[in-house]
Amino acid sequence: MFRKLHEPAEAVTVYVEGKPVVAEPGENLAAVLLRQEAIWSRPTPVKGSRRAPYCMIGVCFDCLARVDGVASVQTCMMPVRDGMTVEHQQRRRCLPS
Amino acid sequence: MHPEIIVIGAGTVGAAIAYGLARRQHRVLVLDGDDRDHRAARANFGLVWLQGKGQNMPAYQQLSRRSVDMWSGFASKLTDLTGLDLQYEQNGGLAFCLGEDAFEKRRSDLQRLHNQLGGAEADWRMLDRAELARLLPKVRLGPDVAGASFGERDGHANPLQLLAALHSGILRLGGELRRNAAVRQIVPSEAGFTVACGNETVSAPRVLIAAGLGSQALARQVGLEIPLRPQRGQILVTERLEPLLPLPTSGLRQTREGTVMIGATHEETGFDSSATAAAAADLSRRTLRIVPSLAEAKLVRQWAGLRIMTPDGCPVYAQSQKHRGAFVALCHSGVTLAALHATVLADAIAAGQLPDSLDIFHQSRFDVPKAA
Ligand SMILES: Cc1cc2nc3c(=O)[nH]c(=O)nc-3n(C[C@H](O)[C@H](O)[C@H](O)COP(=O)(O)OP(=O)(O)OC[C@H]3O[C@@H](n4cnc5c(N)ncnc54)[C@H](O)[C@@H]3O)c2cc1C
Ligand code: FES
Repeated sequence: MFRKLHEPAEAVTVYVEGKPVVAEPGENLAAVLLRQEAIWSRPTPVKGSRRAPYCMIGVCFDCLARVDGVASVQTCMMPVRDGMTVEHQQRRRCLPS
Repeated sequence: MHPEIIVIGAGTVGAAIAYGLARRQHRVLVLDGDDRDHRAARANFGLVWLQGKGQNMPAYQQLSRRSVDMWSGFASKLTDLTGLDLQYEQNGGLAFCLGEDAFEKRRSDLQRLHNQLGGAEADWRMLDRAELARLLPKVRLGPDVAGASFGERDGHANPLQLLAALHSGILRLGGELRRNAAVRQIVPSEAGFTVACGNETVSAPRVLIAAGLGSQALARQVGLEIPLRPQRGQILVTERLEPLLPLPTSGLRQTREGTVMIGATHEETGFDSSATAAAAADLSRRTLRIVPSLAEAKLVRQWAGLRIMTPDGCPVYAQSQKHRGAFVALCHSGVTLAALHATVLADAIAAGQLPDSLDIFHQSRFDVPKAA
């Protein structure tokens, strides 16, 4: 598990699987996920093996999660906002019909 | 090994014929070019398709039909041999029509082709919007969709698995496959042909040129002049989605893993194989008119490949008159025709003689004298 090297001067709250978590304003959302106990962000859609944020630069797609209800968001490309909700993305994505 | 035949090119076409020859206990040596070559085998859409083929040459429809009818047996043999699943499904396929005019045009095009074929029972029908909606229960169709044509024999497969299985099959059957072995020269000789690749030469009584867009220069050396041009096709790929499309369509198919492939463009841009934003926009726009909910899906990849196009879009199968034993096989729909290539064509090449039924595909059809 990772931890932050400094105490942020300001803090926002994001909700990871419903649990309130402290983050620094503007921080990379994937970095917040890497500080959680359940470090993984999603099971792969075909074999179901767990994946966590990896490249942190938007190329590997291993950091996908549901953010504010929207599936398949690359969390490493997403700055945190106060009140954001993040859920582990399960299975393959289902389009609204 | 002293090969009985050298196959130049290990794309979908060369590999299928080489596999078929190896199955017939022929000693095959396959020489494949460089990773930087244009390789349609690694860029294609994966349809095993019949409907609409051969509008300008009904024999091409018949040829494709023979292949499609053999595909299932071909795939299971290859899977038994290699353990690789080609993910072949043949539950029919659709071509969407946007607007009533397009629907009527599609009907009359398919009807004309059907009449030309004379007599055979139709293996396609037009589906109106309501019938189409019943076939695609998870899709909310865009308002412009008037209906679709449905081809009973159409299907799809994983083209990369096909290629990998053909390569593996060749090796398992005792054939040899060399990569990074671009052929520079073919010299007809007493004993057949001597082929120069890298720093060495290899000889065999027969040679098959199936080098995709690299074939023109090689065919010329055995006295066959083949007009050929690249045609760019671009494809978009979405993230993996829950099953949405139970059937492949001419421009949209969902793979077994869940990605939706969207394609392909037809662009006359020479040997430029770059992917463009304009094509991504065009493909997305058309797709969203058909399945609006795909707007929510993320695109994860886009690529471009070059089709191997003859002037009439139909295949070329030929033996050189001047240098017997030198064959050429070129086509656009190498996935669809793979089953035929591995059987009928492999048999013919093994026998040293293409059957009369393939005469119509000889490249001499393009040798029309130029008007003065
Ligand atoms: C965008 C796109 C979509 C397509 N969709 C479909 C589809 O849905 N269904 C279908 O049936 N077909 C489809 N096709 C067509 C299909 O991919 C081709 O028909 C098929 O791959 C052609 O195979 P090939 O072996 O002739 O050529 P290629 O696959 O291009 O292979 C040629 C090989 O020859 C080698 N080579 C070249 N020069 C030399 C040399 N001098 N010496 C040795 N080796 C050489 C190259 O390295 C290459 O490996 C599509 C093609 C494209 C581009
Ligand atoms: S961590 Fe690789 S894309 Fe986000």
